[in-house]
Amino acid sequence: MQVNWEIRENTMHIYLTGELDHHAARTVLEQAGQAVDGNLPMRCVLNLSGLAFMDSSGIAVVLGIHRRLKAYGGELKISGIPAQAMRVLHTAGVDRLVSII
Amino acid sequence: MKILNELKMEFDSRSVNEGLARSAISQFAAQLDPTLEELGDIKTAVSEAVTNAIVHAYPEHIGRVWLRVRVLEGGVLELVVRDRGVGIPNLDEARLPMYTTGGADRAGMGFTIMDSFMDTLKVRSDQGKGTTVTMRRRVLPRSFR
Ligand SMILES: Nc1ncnc2c1ncn2[C@@H]1O[C@H](COP(=O)(O)OP(=O)(O)OP(=O)(O)O)[C@@H](O)[C@H]1O
Ligand SMILES: [Mg+2]
Repeated sequence: MQVNWEIRENTMHIYLTGELDHHAARTVLEQAGQAVDGNLPMRCVLNLSGLAFMDSSGIAVVLGIHRRLKAYGGELKISGIPAQAMRVLHTAGVDRLVSII
Repeated sequence: MKILNELKMEFDSRSVNEGLARSAISQFAAQLDPTLEELGDIKTAVSEAVTNAIVHAYPEHIGRVWLRVRVLEGGVLELVVRDRGVGIPNLDEARLPMYTTGGADRAGMGFTIMDSFMDTLKVRSDQGKGTTVTMRRRVLPRSFR
């Protein structure tokens, strides 16, 4: 599992690559959390197009990043969601909580 | 229902085995020629059940997890995930969406996902003895799609 990020035009882009399960979740949240906390972006896009798999452990990661941004008034959007991850996010109602682009 | 094929696995409740369980099940399920969506649903459901056994069943130590998958007559895939862990005191409550004893690390959506991704979900649990999750999903033959 890999976490990469960059800032372009005042927006932080976080890219997750690999299988986001319970085994990977802690490190992913730590790394993404550090990126957010160290830069405090007002806008953040979580790009999931590199995910080969995601289960409910990934929901907690997405919501964790969402909470961190919201704590200081930042905004999270999710993009590039593969079909399997979309079914998981939709079943959990995450698509009603975080905007998808 | 007649059993056409069977695979059994037994492993330590270590998180590194979650991916192993998923790939074994998805290779076994391939004989039913599932669509990508069917395969994704099956992998997700098995990941949820195995993760629960790893996260919740043995809070104090590393225990064992048993996984059995069968192909039944009529293109039905049956998955059984079993642990000999702490058990679930109140099953009705545990199966509710967003119910979790895992705090902010967990969403409480595992059972809800197993329920909606599989055709049937049965959970049996005895406190102090362990939990058995049985799920079935029919994979449609290509000619019926
Ligand atoms: N094998 C198990 N042994 C003991 N308790 C379990 C087991 N499986 C589930 N539970 C209990 O049932 C609750 C609900 O399980 P469920 O999978 O729906 O959510 P979760 O695991 O808490 O969160 P998520 O699956 O979203 O990461 C768990 O929080 C736990 O208390
Ligand atoms: Mg769970």
